[in-house]
Amino acid sequence: MKTPRMKRREFLTLPVESIGGVLLYTLAGEPVRLAGQDRGQDKGQTKSGEIRVPLRFFTAAEARVVQAACERIFPKDANGPGATEAAVVIYIDHQLAGPYGSDKYRYTKPPFVESVPEHGYQGKQTPREIYREGVKKLANFTDLPAEQQDQRLRAIETSMFFRLLRQHTIEGMFSDPMHGGNAGLIGWQLIGYPGPLMSYRDEIDKAHGQPWRRKPVSLAQVTGRPVSGWEDEKG
Amino acid sequence: MQQLKPVDVVIAGGGFVGLTLAKEITARTSLSVVVLERGQPRKTSDYATGMDELDYSLRFRMMQNLAEETATHRHSTRASAVPIRQYGSFQPGTGVGGAGEHWGAISYRFYPEAFKLATFLRDKFAQRLSGELAVQDWGVSYEDIEPYYWRAEQMIGVCGKAGNLEGKKIDGGNVFEGPRSHEYPNPPHKLSYAPTVFEKAVRDLGYHPYPIPTATLSRAYTNPDGVSRAGCVYCGYCTRYGCMIGAKAQPTNILMPVLAKRKNFTLRTGCSVRRVVHRDGKAEGLTYLDASGAEMHQPASIVLVASWTLNNSRLLMLSKLGEPYDPATGKGTVGRNLTHQVSQSTRVFMDKPLNAFMGTGGLGIGISDFDGKEGLDASPGVLRGGNIRLMSTGEGPIASFGMIPPGETQSDWGSDFKKAALAWHDRVAAISTEAEHMAYRQNFLDLDPTYTDKYGDPLIRLTLDWTEHERAQGAMLTKVHAQIANAMNGRAAPPNSRQLERYTVTQYQSTHVNGGAIMGSSPDRSVVNPWLQHWQVPNLWVVGGSAFPQNGSGNPTLTILALTLRTADGLIDRYLKNPGGLA
Repeated sequence: MKTPRMKRREFLTLPVESIGGVLLYTLAGEPVRLAGQDRGQDKGQTKSGEIRVPLRFFTAAEARVVQAACERIFPKDANGPGATEAAVVIYIDHQLAGPYGSDKYRYTKPPFVESVPEHGYQGKQTPREIYREGVKKLANFTDLPAEQQDQRLRAIETSMFFRLLRQHTIEGMFSDPMHGGNAGLIGWQLIGYPGPLMSYRDEIDKAHGQPWRRKPVSLAQVTGRPVSGWEDEKG
Repeated sequence: MQQLKPVDVVIAGGGFVGLTLAKEITARTSLSVVVLERGQPRKTSDYATGMDELDYSLRFRMMQNLAEETATHRHSTRASAVPIRQYGSFQPGTGVGGAGEHWGAISYRFYPEAFKLATFLRDKFAQRLSGELAVQDWGVSYEDIEPYYWRAEQMIGVCGKAGNLEGKKIDGGNVFEGPRSHEYPNPPHKLSYAPTVFEKAVRDLGYHPYPIPTATLSRAYTNPDGVSRAGCVYCGYCTRYGCMIGAKAQPTNILMPVLAKRKNFTLRTGCSVRRVVHRDGKAEGLTYLDASGAEMHQPASIVLVASWTLNNSRLLMLSKLGEPYDPATGKGTVGRNLTHQVSQSTRVFMDKPLNAFMGTGGLGIGISDFDGKEGLDASPGVLRGGNIRLMSTGEGPIASFGMIPPGETQSDWGSDFKKAALAWHDRVAAISTEAEHMAYRQNFLDLDPTYTDKYGDPLIRLTLDWTEHERAQGAMLTKVHAQIANAMNGRAAPPNSRQLERYTVTQYQSTHVNGGAIMGSSPDRSVVNPWLQHWQVPNLWVVGGSAFPQNGSGNPTLTILALTLRTADGLIDRYLKNPGGLA
């Protein structure tokens, strides 16, 4: 699929403190101060304490709308950090730019026929197209106060666009940072997930009924080698 | 089309079945064997960086690429089918090892009477059986297949505890299972927390818990082929992943190491089999497209069809082999007796954290007090039951997030949702069930008239829906789920019974789709004989879950492997000595 606008380099500018650097509490009740660790290799830090993140699919304006919507889906609040701090919008940007976004692994031959709900999504639109159209309908979203943003989202709650956005927000919070989200392993700290550790051979039958919690590590940290997601695959 | 040099045996599919057949034939004969696999080579070291929930568990990186080939589904012949555009109620694999790389390794045997189900039900119910039932006897008995179960269990290294050793019932094993000639090759696994709570609860209720048999190893083990594997370390990246240390039995770690040393074995990857070439009741070889897209014809004296279950039937249909099944008349054989499995689960909200990210494919405890024929007397109208189990299979952080008791929040997003999801995180276990699925006249396979694969060949079409019987099975078993959840001091969410209202392709159930090229004792009602040899084409064998006349309650892989080993014996010890029909 040809998307000429992907050629133009667009950036999302984020203040450093919005990614990591916050105090939160794990399920074990231990306070953890996050550092901006485990950032992807293509995110440059500017002198002014801002991070300019190159976008692969979204325009900067689109990214700001998606970021604001994700923040309402998974907000920063008394219970911990939210989608903005985890850089969920970067995760979504990478997914849409990759094979998933263009439906490289979905059956997309016609005819496209409406069917019963048991057959799931039968449409022709790719995730990229669904986002482009969905974001367009959220005009002025970033100018609205949170309450009105929630109303706008509630109005489209059952749309395919919103269901994807909701699903991708959770994915961006809790997937390995190689996919662009879960910045500083913020999502994993929030739920007490230790990362893809190689072995629980000595732990599996212990700590029964007790939380087994560790400072999380990413797949790159566990394996000690560079890792990349499917979205980075060529072709 | 390029004509290749003839070989003795050509095999379509490099998964568990195809590679097991190749291993047996190349070990015991000097025949030249060529395996054609559509996907890519894989090995244990490939999986070291594959511990990623997003790509593997949620984007199905190891599965068949549905953009290239999928199946279509309709609920009845009155409806029109649409393609399964995304995963999916089942997940076929691709690549060397097939779905045997990403399976969960749960390794049950089927019950003795399951192999003679038609006879068993007729004896019990004569008058009351519905006319739409199409169950059949397998043409083999449990006694026939027991030695092959034992061989398969040794080959993959199943861990468990026998509940019936040569007729002697043993507490702590599954006392309802058929008699075993041997104890399991390996002991049960250590237990994580949630299954211990389940075990105590079911014991207090008077049921008979047993460790779920699994082929992820509980200790280092060397199988009779001399293949050594390490014990499982419970990393939790198991079902839908390849095992990074080879503790889970996979064709790439138990079969390829043996085959790599065999001079009479050739594996060709990137080769998509298109047709069985046949003339006058004799198979002549397979045509395929190689990795470069060139059309090839591989002539062979013996042709073995060993792809994933639906693809076996599809290849027969595309090759115009055998008479397609017609549900209106009940005539024809290819495509009949399509079954899935009756899956239900109940979420149990617990008061303590479970550390559910630890685990392995089949780690847990089951009961079979309502399984097989035990299910029959438990509830009116139920012909066969199912297992009930609680497992720690290794929960991923994405998929396990957001499980909250129904009604606790209005919305599945926003602050309230986040608060509830965090409060309940890692405190949710699932009691699950798989029950036997009866074969029905109206559930079958044929070629789709509209939708095609990337080559332009018709997709396989599933005509499949649930009946009152599956709903009765589900109701009977989920009632027990709720009872157990209560005894666990957990809070049970209502089960997903809507899943049995209408067959739903969007919800994962299991990859245990079976039938279509079934075995049996009559060529009028089955495609292959009890040796899985084609009734009309004796040098053609169609091997796999496609041969199940109906589905058992246990996970099917062990039974598929047992049938495969028996096929190898029939082929090597009988057919080669006297080529012709074995039945």
